[in-house]
Amino acid sequence: MSTPAAQFNQDARRLSADLRHRQTIQTAMGKYEVARDQRKAAFQHWQAARQMAAETKWDAVNHLDRHLEQFVRNIEARGTKVHWASTAQQARDIILDILREKNARVIVKSKAMTSEEIHLNEAMEQAGYEVVESDLGEFIVQLREEPPYHIVFPAMHLTRDEIKDVFQRKLGGAPSNNPEELTMVARRVLREKYIQADVGITGANFAIAETGMLSITENEGNARLTAALPRTMITLLGIEKVLPRLEDLALFLPMLSAMGTGQALSCYNTMYGGPRQPDETDGPEEYHVVLLDNHRTALLADAEQRDSLHCIRCGACLNVCPIYRNVGGHTYGTTYCGPIGAVITPNLRGLNDWKHLSYASSLCGACTETCPVKIDLHHHLLQNRRNASRQKPSWWQKLAFKVFAPVATRPALWSLVTKLGRLGQKLHGFVKGGRLDPAYAWTKTRDLPPIAQRTFKEWWRTRS
Amino acid sequence: MSERDNILARIREALSIAAPLPGHDHGTARETPVLPTITDQRRVLPAVGQSLDEQLTLFRANAAELRADFRLLNGAEALVAELKGLRAAEGWQRVASHDGDLTGAACRALGLPVLLTDQAFDKRELAACDVGITDCDALVAQTGSVLVTSRSAGGRALSVLPPHHVVVARHEQLVPDLPAAFALLKAKYGGGYPSMISFITGPSRTGDIERILVLGAHGPKKLTILCV
Repeated sequence: MSTPAAQFNQDARRLSADLRHRQTIQTAMGKYEVARDQRKAAFQHWQAARQMAAETKWDAVNHLDRHLEQFVRNIEARGTKVHWASTAQQARDIILDILREKNARVIVKSKAMTSEEIHLNEAMEQAGYEVVESDLGEFIVQLREEPPYHIVFPAMHLTRDEIKDVFQRKLGGAPSNNPEELTMVARRVLREKYIQADVGITGANFAIAETGMLSITENEGNARLTAALPRTMITLLGIEKVLPRLEDLALFLPMLSAMGTGQALSCYNTMYGGPRQPDETDGPEEYHVVLLDNHRTALLADAEQRDSLHCIRCGACLNVCPIYRNVGGHTYGTTYCGPIGAVITPNLRGLNDWKHLSYASSLCGACTETCPVKIDLHHHLLQNRRNASRQKPSWWQKLAFKVFAPVATRPALWSLVTKLGRLGQKLHGFVKGGRLDPAYAWTKTRDLPPIAQRTFKEWWRTRS
Repeated sequence: MSERDNILARIREALSIAAPLPGHDHGTARETPVLPTITDQRRVLPAVGQSLDEQLTLFRANAAELRADFRLLNGAEALVAELKGLRAAEGWQRVASHDGDLTGAACRALGLPVLLTDQAFDKRELAACDVGITDCDALVAQTGSVLVTSRSAGGRALSVLPPHHVVVARHEQLVPDLPAAFALLKAKYGGGYPSMISFITGPSRTGDIERILVLGAHGPKKLTILCV
């Protein structure tokens, strides 16, 4: 078994040279960019909106205990059962217990990254339940037995022909590769599942402390149906999802839609406050909410990176990241990919195994600039690098700086070394880019700019 | 100790160290954040115009962009006539609705068997209906959204299970923007919220296959908004 870092390097090398893959991603991103920019421009003050969103999330996360207690009190008052899980294992056990108690057979799910995080589907399938993902993109990647490629667009990497192929193999037929006809095949298959399902499982985008509600944003109506038809509903979410007040959604819903998918508002933005109430005739009889920690409190304890818990999972930082756009979502090998994944994964799953993600960055800052809640992403990548080198200093870096420091602090020695460098670079020309090149690891894919023929000091002396 | 206590204890311990305030990147010292007011939100959100006419025009334009069918009608009789026209054009056989403010009388006038979701109903029967006709709480000009709740619009499934959703609204129900819609929710339901509140913005859609827009992914393929 290779390490995550070796796996990352191998996949990144393969995919960044895969022109078809790059083409698919560029096309999808191109469409997104146009729509996103149009929606941002519709705001009267986008930058002020970002600052408001950042401050609101700051309040939410920095008073998390108070907000969570208020959220739980309010949602329990309408008959919801709230469960707390410190670990992924506890969350899986809580959900499996509910399924057992309800004698469930078929489970229908709407998109939830938190369930990917705790590997819920595998656990439920091993326990013998039939689990159906209902978001079209999730449904497709589930049929292909792969993880989602992107936190908002799970099947972004696939062409219509690949989707037709998997429908033919797994669903026994697809009329054509037309996106509309393929969508209708999925619609027919899933309609029956909603009606059969005993339990519906959803994620959530926001938890409203003031009114005790969970807000779910979607376009397809699959979450609406998952929350309407089965007799039992379960929502799994991370503890950091709180917003203080109901009206905060007036800002967060359009910002999430603009940055996530380039829409003014996603098709369905729904707030659930409990199971079927006494005056209501449909909806689940039981509603369970599972609040998941799974190392979020460790991230909370790091005041420097606490703002990474502000994340609303819009995926905007993935979409602008030059690394993500070349190596793709699967290469990360993590639940949360792209810049936000590179920041939080080392904190959630161990710095030593996942520090390489923080080095897979050009530090261009595009992620920080686009983030609607102003998470300081690229500085957090630098902090991860710092923390990693503190935890496990690299001997060759230490050696390199031991050599560099005395040279750089002695002008005469520095001058001598640059002269030698110029000579050395001439000789390097003979082997550059070849197997004999000592700098091959660098030069096989990168340029090595020439050292200036004249130093600044030399020029200064000879100026007229 | 329960897991609840464990998690809350870890949170409180973590928060004993203060985090830097957000938005320091431009060197401006800031106070501890104060949550934005409705005026603050309106200053940054997309503009909606002052007059009712401007807002109505905006709603119409948004609905068209979303491929929802918006029709402004002249009174209750025009509403019945419009519904009958739709029944004929679409060949409705079975209609689902609820006994609401506008839907009750309108559906009785349709002359078709109507499945009412005010009492317990069979979900398969609802799925077999051609159309779900509901009231709503508000129309939002800013986004072209229809605001429904489980109390005002016949429960959770009626507005999303049948392939065509027809919303009937009064023109007084048009609100300018999202802050106004949330203020309305608080004023109307603050004493006891319904279990589901939903902003419906156009017919169900997906772009999951090559980012190509397809309507009617799981929810309704058509959304018609009839406003009297």
